[in-house]
Amino acid sequence: MNIRHDPDDASPDGGEPLRHVRKPLPHDSARRHVQGAADYIDDVREPQGTLQVAIGMSPKARGTIRGLDLAAVRAHPGVVRVLTAADIPGANDVSPAMGDDPMFATDRVSFHGQALFAVLAETRDAARRAAAKAVVEIAEERPSVTVEDALAREEAVLPDYGFGRGEVEPALVGAPHRLEGSLRIGGQEHFYLEGQAALATPGEEGDVHVLSSTQHPTEVQHVIARVLGLPDAFVTCEVRRMGGGFGGKESQATQWAAIAALGAHLTKRPCKVRLDRDDDFALTGKRHDFRCDWRVGFDGEGAIAGFAVTHNARCGYSADLSQGVVDRTMFHTDNSYYFPAVRIDTRRLLTNTVSNTAFRGFGGPQGMLMIEHVMDRIAWATGRDPLDVRYANLYRPGRDVTPYGQTVEETDTLRAIVETLERTSGYRTRRAAIAAFNGRSKTLKKGISLTPVKFGISFTLMHLNQAGALVHVYQDGSVHLNHGGTEMGQGLYQKIAQVVAEEFGIAIERVRITATSTGKVPNTAPTAASSGTDLNGMAARIAAGKIKARMAARAAARFGVAAEEVTFRDDRVFAGNESLPFGELAKDCVLHRVHLSEAGFYKTPTISWDRAAAKGRPFLYFAFGAACSEVLVDTLTGEYKVTRVDILHDVGRSINPAIDIGQIEGGFVQGMGWLTTEELVYDAETGRLRTHAPSTYKIPVASDVPEDFRVALFPNANREETIYRSKAVGEPPIMLANSVFCALADAVHALDPGKPVPLDAPATPEAVLRACQALRGRPLPERAIG
Amino acid sequence: MREAIRFGRNGTVREVRDVHPRTTLLDWLRLGERRTGTKEGCAEGDCGACTVALGRLVDGRVVYEPVNSCILLLGQCDGADVVAVEDIAADGALHPVQEAMVTHHGSQCGFCTPGIVMSLFTLYEEGERPVGRDAVNDALAGNLCRCTGYRPIVDAALDACATAKDRRFEAHREAAACALGEIAADGADLFMRDEGRFFAAPASEESLAALLARHPDATILAGATDVGLWITKSLMEIEKIVWLGRVASLRETRSTPETLTLGAMVSHADAHAALAAIDPDLGELMRRFGSIQVRASGTVGGNIANGSPIGDLPPALIALGAKLHLAGAKGTRTLPLEDFFLGYRQQDREPGEYVRAVEIDKLRRHDAFRCFKVTKRLDEDISAVMGAFRLHLEGRRIARARIAFGGMAATPKRAPLAEAALVGLDLDDELAWAPALDALAQDYRPMSDHRASAEYRAVVARNLLFKALAEIAGDAGLRIAPRPAGLAAE
Ligand SMILES: Cc1cc2nc3c(=O)[nH]c(=O)nc-3n(C[C@H](O)[C@H](O)[C@H](O)COP(=O)(O)OP(=O)(O)OC[C@H]3O[C@@H](n4cnc5c(N)ncnc54)[C@H](O)[C@@H]3O)c2cc1C
Ligand code: FES
Ligand code: FES
Repeated sequence: MNIRHDPDDASPDGGEPLRHVRKPLPHDSARRHVQGAADYIDDVREPQGTLQVAIGMSPKARGTIRGLDLAAVRAHPGVVRVLTAADIPGANDVSPAMGDDPMFATDRVSFHGQALFAVLAETRDAARRAAAKAVVEIAEERPSVTVEDALAREEAVLPDYGFGRGEVEPALVGAPHRLEGSLRIGGQEHFYLEGQAALATPGEEGDVHVLSSTQHPTEVQHVIARVLGLPDAFVTCEVRRMGGGFGGKESQATQWAAIAALGAHLTKRPCKVRLDRDDDFALTGKRHDFRCDWRVGFDGEGAIAGFAVTHNARCGYSADLSQGVVDRTMFHTDNSYYFPAVRIDTRRLLTNTVSNTAFRGFGGPQGMLMIEHVMDRIAWATGRDPLDVRYANLYRPGRDVTPYGQTVEETDTLRAIVETLERTSGYRTRRAAIAAFNGRSKTLKKGISLTPVKFGISFTLMHLNQAGALVHVYQDGSVHLNHGGTEMGQGLYQKIAQVVAEEFGIAIERVRITATSTGKVPNTAPTAASSGTDLNGMAARIAAGKIKARMAARAAARFGVAAEEVTFRDDRVFAGNESLPFGELAKDCVLHRVHLSEAGFYKTPTISWDRAAAKGRPFLYFAFGAACSEVLVDTLTGEYKVTRVDILHDVGRSINPAIDIGQIEGGFVQGMGWLTTEELVYDAETGRLRTHAPSTYKIPVASDVPEDFRVALFPNANREETIYRSKAVGEPPIMLANSVFCALADAVHALDPGKPVPLDAPATPEAVLRACQALRGRPLPERAIG
Repeated sequence: MREAIRFGRNGTVREVRDVHPRTTLLDWLRLGERRTGTKEGCAEGDCGACTVALGRLVDGRVVYEPVNSCILLLGQCDGADVVAVEDIAADGALHPVQEAMVTHHGSQCGFCTPGIVMSLFTLYEEGERPVGRDAVNDALAGNLCRCTGYRPIVDAALDACATAKDRRFEAHREAAACALGEIAADGADLFMRDEGRFFAAPASEESLAALLARHPDATILAGATDVGLWITKSLMEIEKIVWLGRVASLRETRSTPETLTLGAMVSHADAHAALAAIDPDLGELMRRFGSIQVRASGTVGGNIANGSPIGDLPPALIALGAKLHLAGAKGTRTLPLEDFFLGYRQQDREPGEYVRAVEIDKLRRHDAFRCFKVTKRLDEDISAVMGAFRLHLEGRRIARARIAFGGMAATPKRAPLAEAALVGLDLDDELAWAPALDALAQDYRPMSDHRASAEYRAVVARNLLFKALAEIAGDAGLRIAPRPAGLAAE
């Protein structure tokens, strides 16, 4: 790990050196994590009489429900109640927006495993066993499983949408060279280690308090209110931490919380849902899979003249967040490259599979992988080094306007990152050594690739770009910190505690981080779009700043100096020649009736997006990065190893470099899993997910991460006025892993240089061997399953 | 006879007599003891969030191994010491691996962390020093972390294990030895609950045979790395469990110059070294068998008896040549291992019969062996194809061949046509190998499933035979990870 510190870093206001911000402090719960003392929902000591909930699931993917006989379920020992749609006092709707996600399916089933009912029992074991006893009769129809099925049926969850610039067809026709192709990109299961969970406790008159493992407590609150037919104010949702989220708990934690709440509402007993891992796989959405049909025209250098693509996104059975997700695919189809003329179209296809949802990168990774694949195709066709083709297309001054009209202002940063990494990774000499190796080695082939990342920061749904925080200073000088962001492992709580400690000039131990709650900060956005620190950090700083100003005024009055002369540092407050401990001033403020509580509010400035006109500035700024990966492939079996990875990534000026490095490394490895071993196989006939658990769905393990893994931060202050000039880091690193996919293709390409490598994602050993066989002129027949 | 399960917990002996025989250790810790530090991430042995250390008496000392508590039945803890994540920080001072995990930012969401800490704890307390990256990778192969990308966890492990071993845990180990000594001394059959629903652990083969004769419908339990999932995932209503863990004779390993005999209850961990000594590829196969947790619990007998078409040991042992010893109320019998597998999940085993041991034919002079496990993910994954090859050479000529594959048929299966076609071939005449390679297409009709397609399996099987021949002929550039160095004679 290589953390570059800024030696002359100073706080923006006083010129005082920063004491908390920029420090690589451990995660706020690190010591509790390692002792098993950090409580997740299932660890919270539940009230006596709590009922355990299991979900009854559809055995078919598409059809009409003819009968649902629950007598045996009810009769199972330990069962207290069975919930169906008929028990819902409000709306049978747990969708985030479109009203197309029933809590329990009623007349039609739309995917294999869809929730039909829920069992409440004295023990979890009894609930699970009882749920299996339902007799379900469904008039089955052939499900749509693939993009092709959906296209044939012309079924979509949302209307087609496209935008572009310039005249694409003439640009394609007029270009010296043309290529076209189709890239398939698989989905991805989140595999948060803590499955979906919620514990609902009933209160008076319909009040319900729910602990939910959610990235979006506000939505959980709204949906529960909608389902129970109650005003929002009756429902409080609280979340201290999640055991991972990655987007999978943005919209899709609500259903389980709502079922728990319904159970609590009807039985007046606390109810807990904790999905079994296999059920979680079957019941919750994944990263969208795509078929991208593209056409490109380019010159002899590989510079693109025109580009057109249709992204066929497999959305699953309902819209969920597919509008935003697939829009973000469009916003990232360019990645770091300039298209003189471009057309980007999308289809949001309905399949009888679980509804695909947010996943770190939110559609961006698919768009970016597709264009990196196109860069390789151009390189193979022109015989140029793939990196040189990338340079030929990289945004630069004068060629810096994205397909949606926003100008890329930091083209210098982008280029500097790629050039620096090219040098520090030794790309050119390694490229030559690899070519020599491949010349000697018949079976084993090496590959290398260097790919850039440009990722837009802000929610493209404008109203989500807001945040609130609540800060109290108590009279002993301890600070209660609360905000709308949720903690899922990304270190948000700690970063914001650092910001607040910095603001008050107090020891970080004085800042008590408290669980996110809709009762403290209302109407929040989900913790998503990498925006957690940008938004909540600002809101918390604003709240703390207001309290600090009132405390400074009190100190000024007490010591007879101007308020501007009061400073806060080292747990003390300095006023002229006097100083006193922070806690004493807090007590003094209370005695003098100074209000020591404040709600902060922040909204992102300057952004806009008009979807109908496809114009605006949807992103406040871009985060950049680049990665260079090397692989070794066995062309007899398709097995491979990633042997070295170099990463240079832009987090602006880091609030906590250890946490940011953790996001970069973790994101990269997660992205690598998506593109290599993580394969979602659906049964083509029944629509059932065959890779249903970690036994069959393989996320990376420690040995998949190369020993030679060099990660560095690119020193670069955010040009926008973000919190301490940092940049968002949650999602962008996922796409650094595109370099692994491209390196694998590069290795296969060595079998017969100049031939296109028909490699789809994920590049499982089978996919790699298939590509090898194709280059050998002995292609395997299309895979029948999935 | 004893009616309570007895195990060690923080220096004392715990007795449990009233739980359902299917109760897992994880549920007992979380729901029974109300200690919730140990997490459930999958309930099927694959994620490691539930890892605890299980210590057993070996020559008077308690030796700890990591196990998946989600699929380990409480009864299997009989005679063992259970150490969970809450138990290793003494008087507020973190264990060195915990401290290193904090220092190196080894946790993000923290949900995998207790399991990771326990895997690193056993590495720290039991691992051979110096500890390198490969050892850490092996220690972590059964622990999934979705957040960190592992680099900080690996650094924490290397850092913690770089300094001299802290002796703090030794006091716990000694106290545990006293407690376990007391349990071991009773030598009694364990029978918890009643004839209709029980967890039994006979202490001798006589009691075992008698019990199985009385309850031919009981489920024989070895390491529970398969049976555990029948309980947690298939929700099978298993009521009668006969655990073999207290029968000492089933845990014996016997080695002669010609054969290696592994008792049915020899764990994969314990079999590892003896198999690696036959051939380094077998060592590598065992290294990649499940994870360290699975190898600690899972047994050689279980891997054979469950009759899975994708089990790793059967093809390897069939290619080597192995005999299976069975026993039951009617006495004992022996058969070639390949004859045990009759059809898909159908074995030549009578109700009440149990696997006693497998007797493996070692390599002789002029024998060469290769085996390859091909998976989607290199570590902790089930084979898509597993191929094993034993050749007897006369100079550069192949005199005899035994080939067996897993993942290519409904059972682990030999390749009679390819074997026959290999006889007489010259190792230096690559072009002449084609008929043998082609014969595999007649020997096997593989299936398509979520692990791999039939086409892929067929090509890989052919290429693995090619690879074995080419390597034995002398080509060294055919593997992404070099063949481990070994002592085997070729
Ligand atoms: C995470 C994970 C990874 C795995 N990875 C691998 C792998 O890489 N390769 C592989 O081959 N397998 C793998 N397995 C499967 C499993 O670990 C092995 O098959 C193991 O050897 C089973 O042994 P066991 O002692 O746990 O058997 P158990 O689960 O106790 O029993 C399995 C079956 O055998 C019967 N049985 C056991 N012992 C006897 C006996 N002596 N006589 C008669 N019947 C008996 C039982 O009744 C049961 O039907 C994995 C499993 C898990 C959970
Ligand atoms: S809970 Fe995943 S291995 Fe036990
Ligand atoms: S820290 Fe979240 S899974 Fe490991």
